[in-house]
Amino acid sequence: MAIAALALAGCAGTGGGGGATTGIVTVSSNEPENPLIPANTNEVGGGLILNNIMSGLVYYNADGSVELDDAASIESDDNQNWTITLRDGLKFSDGTPVTAESYVKAWQWGASDPENLNQWWFGYAIPFAGFSDDGGDDTLALNVVDDKTFTVELAQPQADFSLALGYTVFFPLPDSFYDDPAAFGESPIGNGPYKVAEDGWIHDESITLEPNPEYTGPRTAQNGGVKMVFYATQEAAYADLLSDNLDIIQQVPSNALGTYKDDLGDRAVDQPAAIFQSFTMQGELPHFGYDEEGTLRRAAISHAINREEITDVIFQGTRTPATDFTSPVIDGYSTDIEGADVLTYDPEKAVELWNEANAISPWDGQFGLAYNADGGHQEWVDATVNSIKNVLGIDAVGVPYPDFAGLRTEVNNSTITSAFRTGWQFDYPGMYNILGALYLSGSGSNDAHYDNPDYDALIAQGAQAGSVDEANDYFHQAEALLFRDLPAIPLWYGAVNAGYSTAVDNVQYGWDSWPILYKVTKEG
Amino acid sequence: MTAYILRRLLQALPVFIGSTFLIYAMVFAIPGDPILRMFGDRTPTDATLAALQAKYHLDQPFLVRYLLYMGDVFRGDLGTTFQGQSVNEILMRTFPNTLRLAILAVAIDLVVGVTVGLVAGLRKGKIFDNVTLLIGLVLISMPVFVLAFVAQWFFGIQLGIFRATVGPGAPWGDLILPAIVLAALNFAFTMRLTRASVIETNAQDFVRMAYGKGLRSERVVPVHILRNSLIPVTTNIAANFGILIVGATVTEGIFNVPGVGNELFKAINRHDSPEVVSIVTVLVIIYVLVNLGIDLLYGVLDPRIRYVKK
Repeated sequence: MAIAALALAGCAGTGGGGGATTGIVTVSSNEPENPLIPANTNEVGGGLILNNIMSGLVYYNADGSVELDDAASIESDDNQNWTITLRDGLKFSDGTPVTAESYVKAWQWGASDPENLNQWWFGYAIPFAGFSDDGGDDTLALNVVDDKTFTVELAQPQADFSLALGYTVFFPLPDSFYDDPAAFGESPIGNGPYKVAEDGWIHDESITLEPNPEYTGPRTAQNGGVKMVFYATQEAAYADLLSDNLDIIQQVPSNALGTYKDDLGDRAVDQPAAIFQSFTMQGELPHFGYDEEGTLRRAAISHAINREEITDVIFQGTRTPATDFTSPVIDGYSTDIEGADVLTYDPEKAVELWNEANAISPWDGQFGLAYNADGGHQEWVDATVNSIKNVLGIDAVGVPYPDFAGLRTEVNNSTITSAFRTGWQFDYPGMYNILGALYLSGSGSNDAHYDNPDYDALIAQGAQAGSVDEANDYFHQAEALLFRDLPAIPLWYGAVNAGYSTAVDNVQYGWDSWPILYKVTKEG
Repeated sequence: MTAYILRRLLQALPVFIGSTFLIYAMVFAIPGDPILRMFGDRTPTDATLAALQAKYHLDQPFLVRYLLYMGDVFRGDLGTTFQGQSVNEILMRTFPNTLRLAILAVAIDLVVGVTVGLVAGLRKGKIFDNVTLLIGLVLISMPVFVLAFVAQWFFGIQLGIFRATVGPGAPWGDLILPAIVLAALNFAFTMRLTRASVIETNAQDFVRMAYGKGLRSERVVPVHILRNSLIPVTTNIAANFGILIVGATVTEGIFNVPGVGNELFKAINRHDSPEVVSIVTVLVIIYVLVNLGIDLLYGVLDPRIRYVKK
């Protein structure tokens, strides 16, 4: 079993505290949008902080592979009932011990209140037994066996359960949290490689982290601390990188994408990210239902998009044309799934399929592709609809919405009358994360209103499989169904386009696009 | 005089209520649910959606929300953002930075603009006059973001004279470059107004009289010409100050100044109605007060237009 391998890798790292170098690494980031509480942090600004001041049962290597962090073992015979054992000597930065209860209480708290932004995780991303949408105290079927051991019962088997446990929402909390969660959100206490320095958080400006001397895990800080500087624009951060006021940026601004490799030389980073871009048509959209006509039209549209040219010209090669419904950094990514040739640019085939559909029911009206105008999407949307227009000879336009909230509201209320841009940034490096969330019938984020019992069955089989590899076989079969029905049209994968200064070494970006800060070295 | 100031302050009250109502209505009218935005491409459960909408009163009708908000405002509480931060605290943190940037920009504008305008006015039609006119025209026709990016690239990155963006704590030194950019935008106005006014004053009888009774130009220029020329310039600069302290969003963004304009921009993106309305309302009040200050300044500079009780 994969879990055995995990247990082997789980030997404790060498001593905590200060690392090989003493310099303070500065990195661009954003002011957290929510209090720094695992169950309430779902955006990158807060997420990067929590990932460095807290530790979960597992953590992720740069390539997305999983290593044990706080856990000594994560075991199950049936993928449904899990027993988790913690390492010895775990402590929070305030000196109190990390026990099985620290985990169990934190998860129960997260699931207890629908006001928590990540509450749905305990019922939908991972199906915990006992979860209720309305929350309630101690609803999850978690059981503390002793100080170092607890058990988890899931509502149904989940082969990649341990893969998900490195996500923010599963971090433990110290007892002091429950006295005053609001105060904790301002000055959080964790068990990670770093802790927030005294008075380290200057709102809207920066947050300074220093190595946590209590941390004994494998992610020992190799520098004297980290300072995350909050920028309102990526341009400002890039200007600071070029003038040596900043060590690491997370994203090159779009106006520098063409030049940043010349500016930075071998300090420029360009690697695939766990970001899947697509556009989606709801099943109710006229002519695009999940019937013979709609399926033909969806395939015709997909064949009519020149992904190679758009990624080259519009994105200057910083996006990679899609070959499946996941991402190159996800375990199970594949280029040869049955039916994936629907993603190739083939004008003749597109016209042929479109005409077949016209024979069933003649086309009328206009093909629209909705996007939020505040997110820099106009260029690729225009290129995409032009590609469709030129190939199929139909009227195709981009439909701008002023902002993201406006677009999502129409999608959520099913009042949208066109195709719309969609994307997915993976929360953990497993295929179930996207396949379970976006296309299962009845799933909250199933924007396409896709409803296919065969697909649901394959995903369920995959979730119950004995190993991640076996699971991925089922998931690949499920993807073949997606290629046939095309609830969403895959476009391309996102990339990490970033860079760092001459003052730092050992800079790596993880599968989740985040710089791996504890590894960075900088002379003091 | 006191009665006049009091009446002007009382007039600010309906402005305050009217502006909060209008701004609140406009933010309310922006389509889209801010709660959904928080979840990106994920969709929250109905229970979560309902709980969060209730938490931020988003499930209430418009008028109820407005009255709830105004109730808090009159208790001195400008509300909390979706992040749970107090808007009072945000304003106390960001406003001083914007204010310092505005003071610096106005000071640079005043010193450089008035000096150049004075010299140009005294040497009307000479080469200095023409060259400064040309520079002024170039600066005034350049969009702010071009000027800001060029200044940042050249002085911040290439020459390294200034820090490319404003560093931690927004020290005065780092604010100089964005302040120069902001001052440059108004420089042409200040300079040309001063010049025109100086030329006009220079031709007045009392100036010739001053020269005639044997005063030297070191005395005539600052005391007789400059003081009398400064009235229109003062209004212009004070009005510009009013604009600057309510936040130079673009410039603050490019130089990462932790100021009001930057904060407002982020709040609008979040549909954070309590924050947007509160910040804008406070800015309206400040603007009203600055304008009152300008009117009073007139009287100080020119006794002829001092307010008299009827």
